[in-house]
Amino acid sequence: MDINAWTALLAATIVAGTPILFAAAGELLAERSGILNLGVEGMMLVGAALGFIVTVNTGNHWVGLLAALAGGGSMAAIHALVTVSLRGNQVVSGLALTIFGSGLSGFLGKNYQGIPMNYGFKSLDLPVLSDLPYLGAVFFRHDILVYFSVILALFMWYLLYKTKWGLAIRSVGENPQAADAVGIDVSRIRYLCTIAGGMLAGLGGAYISLVYAPTWQENMTAGRGWIAVALVIFALWNPTRAVLGAYLFGGVEALTFRLQTMGINLSSFFLAMFPYLVTILVLVVVTIRRRQDAGAPQALSVAYDREER
Amino acid sequence: MAKIKLIRREKESPLARVLVPVTSVLMAFAVGWIILALAGHNPVLVYQKLYNGALGSSYAVSETMVKAIPLMVAGLAVSLAFKMKLWNIGAEGQIYMGALAASWIALNLGQSSGPWLVIPLMMIAAFAAGACWGLVPGVLKAYWQVNETIITLMLNYVAISWVDYLVFGPWKDPNSMGFPLTPIFAPAAQLPTWGDSRVHLGLILAMVIAIIFYLSIQYTRWGYEVRVMGESSAAARYAGMNVTKNIMLVMLISGGIAGIAGMIEVSGITHRLQQGISPGYGYTAIIVAWLARLNPLAIIMVAFLFGALLVGGFAVQIVGVSFSITQVLQGTVLFFLLAGEIFINYKVVLAHKEVL
Repeated sequence: MDINAWTALLAATIVAGTPILFAAAGELLAERSGILNLGVEGMMLVGAALGFIVTVNTGNHWVGLLAALAGGGSMAAIHALVTVSLRGNQVVSGLALTIFGSGLSGFLGKNYQGIPMNYGFKSLDLPVLSDLPYLGAVFFRHDILVYFSVILALFMWYLLYKTKWGLAIRSVGENPQAADAVGIDVSRIRYLCTIAGGMLAGLGGAYISLVYAPTWQENMTAGRGWIAVALVIFALWNPTRAVLGAYLFGGVEALTFRLQTMGINLSSFFLAMFPYLVTILVLVVVTIRRRQDAGAPQALSVAYDREER
Repeated sequence: MAKIKLIRREKESPLARVLVPVTSVLMAFAVGWIILALAGHNPVLVYQKLYNGALGSSYAVSETMVKAIPLMVAGLAVSLAFKMKLWNIGAEGQIYMGALAASWIALNLGQSSGPWLVIPLMMIAAFAAGACWGLVPGVLKAYWQVNETIITLMLNYVAISWVDYLVFGPWKDPNSMGFPLTPIFAPAAQLPTWGDSRVHLGLILAMVIAIIFYLSIQYTRWGYEVRVMGESSAAARYAGMNVTKNIMLVMLISGGIAGIAGMIEVSGITHRLQQGISPGYGYTAIIVAWLARLNPLAIIMVAFLFGALLVGGFAVQIVGVSFSITQVLQGTVLFFLLAGEIFINYKVVLAHKEVL
């Protein structure tokens, strides 16, 4: 491979990592508040379907993006209702969300399979930076959502560690009893974080159907929602580490795709396993290396019951 | 001013335990009604098709039973893991691995040996393959607390790709005209069926597994340990139970039973390995298990309901509704079930704010 092929591969890595970054950032926020939402895959699918359908019908991809945000957010609101207000099991509710979202997106998108997409986000070359040799092609000739995803992750780091809201979110995730005692509204913070997380998952899904693919296919997220959940663990619940992780997984995906088109002498079915095997490997290594549960919010996936404090 | 207040019950309410699942199913159909109506379909017509497709004739009922069998077996598989709060959502992959291993036996020994050898060997191979697929996340969980939910889910994709590789490649029937299928199994590798229908011996097998499961959970020391560990692994460790060993054992058995579900599907229904051998049985099984409140005998009954939903789901495609509507209904049932659980564990009372 010559140097241009490498820069193309790295640029593809950034694009492939972007939807995972959106979804992982959203899940990270929810988990920081103590709510585990395994419905990321379902919320991404609904975001992808709604984003595509609304864009095709309105001719405006920004409206499509809003629909994806609303779709992901509404689904997360169901999860919040079930797990925060009704204290239902967070694992099972998340699975329900994934099954529901997979079904709903297939139901809504039935007549949109494989139709062409003529709108979408154009590449926005950053002045000066995009002219840098090699680096420009890798980092600075992308669509606006790529830049936004990185800014979002950095902003989320700032929010969580440098603001009083961040302190409140983290304390609700670590010790809701103590947070409640100092007057923080535990339920309200959990609702807000979960819903915001769902909106970001929807955005990640729409990025796939509007920019990355760009088309609609049933179950087109192909496990990326689950990879995003794994990524939160990889990131040790830190948004800046999530950026690196997202590009690691994006790199695996881009490389798999590249190897397939290069006609390498390995069955494409084995190549298709590659991202999932890497996810398993990364999760195992990260979990074994860190001290048990270091980084995980202490009250993650535990319902808060005021009466029992 | 009145305010809703929740008081934890001393014991689960037995009435709510029955009413909540039933109401959940009804409410899910009500939500489905609204979604269908909003999408411009005629809900009455769609539900009529659904009902007729699933239960409207003796053929329909037998097809519902055919779909219920793998759901029973896979439902039993995941509920064993769920009892220990091990979130095995990898039944789908374990089904594929079981089907793969059983097919390997059938394709290699089916011609030369009798059913009394081939069928048990297929079962053993399927159990072993599914057990491996469950044991890997089990070991990772037991020794290093690696999140089993994600590992089991990731392994689903690996298993499906593996089966795809075989049926598109080395195992493909040369006479399949390009379709991704293996050659058809010899009669010795096929489960006997009931009369003219496709209902096969797997039904009896599912019931046997359910009974063994029920008895061993309810009446053995090991079953007691599994229940205690599900409540609190700290308490179980304190009482001297070997939690590490049991995590691996339960994941192994859970995966193995799901593997059997894959075996009965290839041996009883398709008589060959093919692409998409399971249309998501492993995921539907999670809902079956939860709706049955992890009770093995209830799983048998609940599986019929979801078998009916799958068969009916194929029928509604005639009136232009996507098969995905069945998944929408499944997810919705689960939401109502979780939401309703609060009535099982809590008493809901209206309290006046002044009193508080």
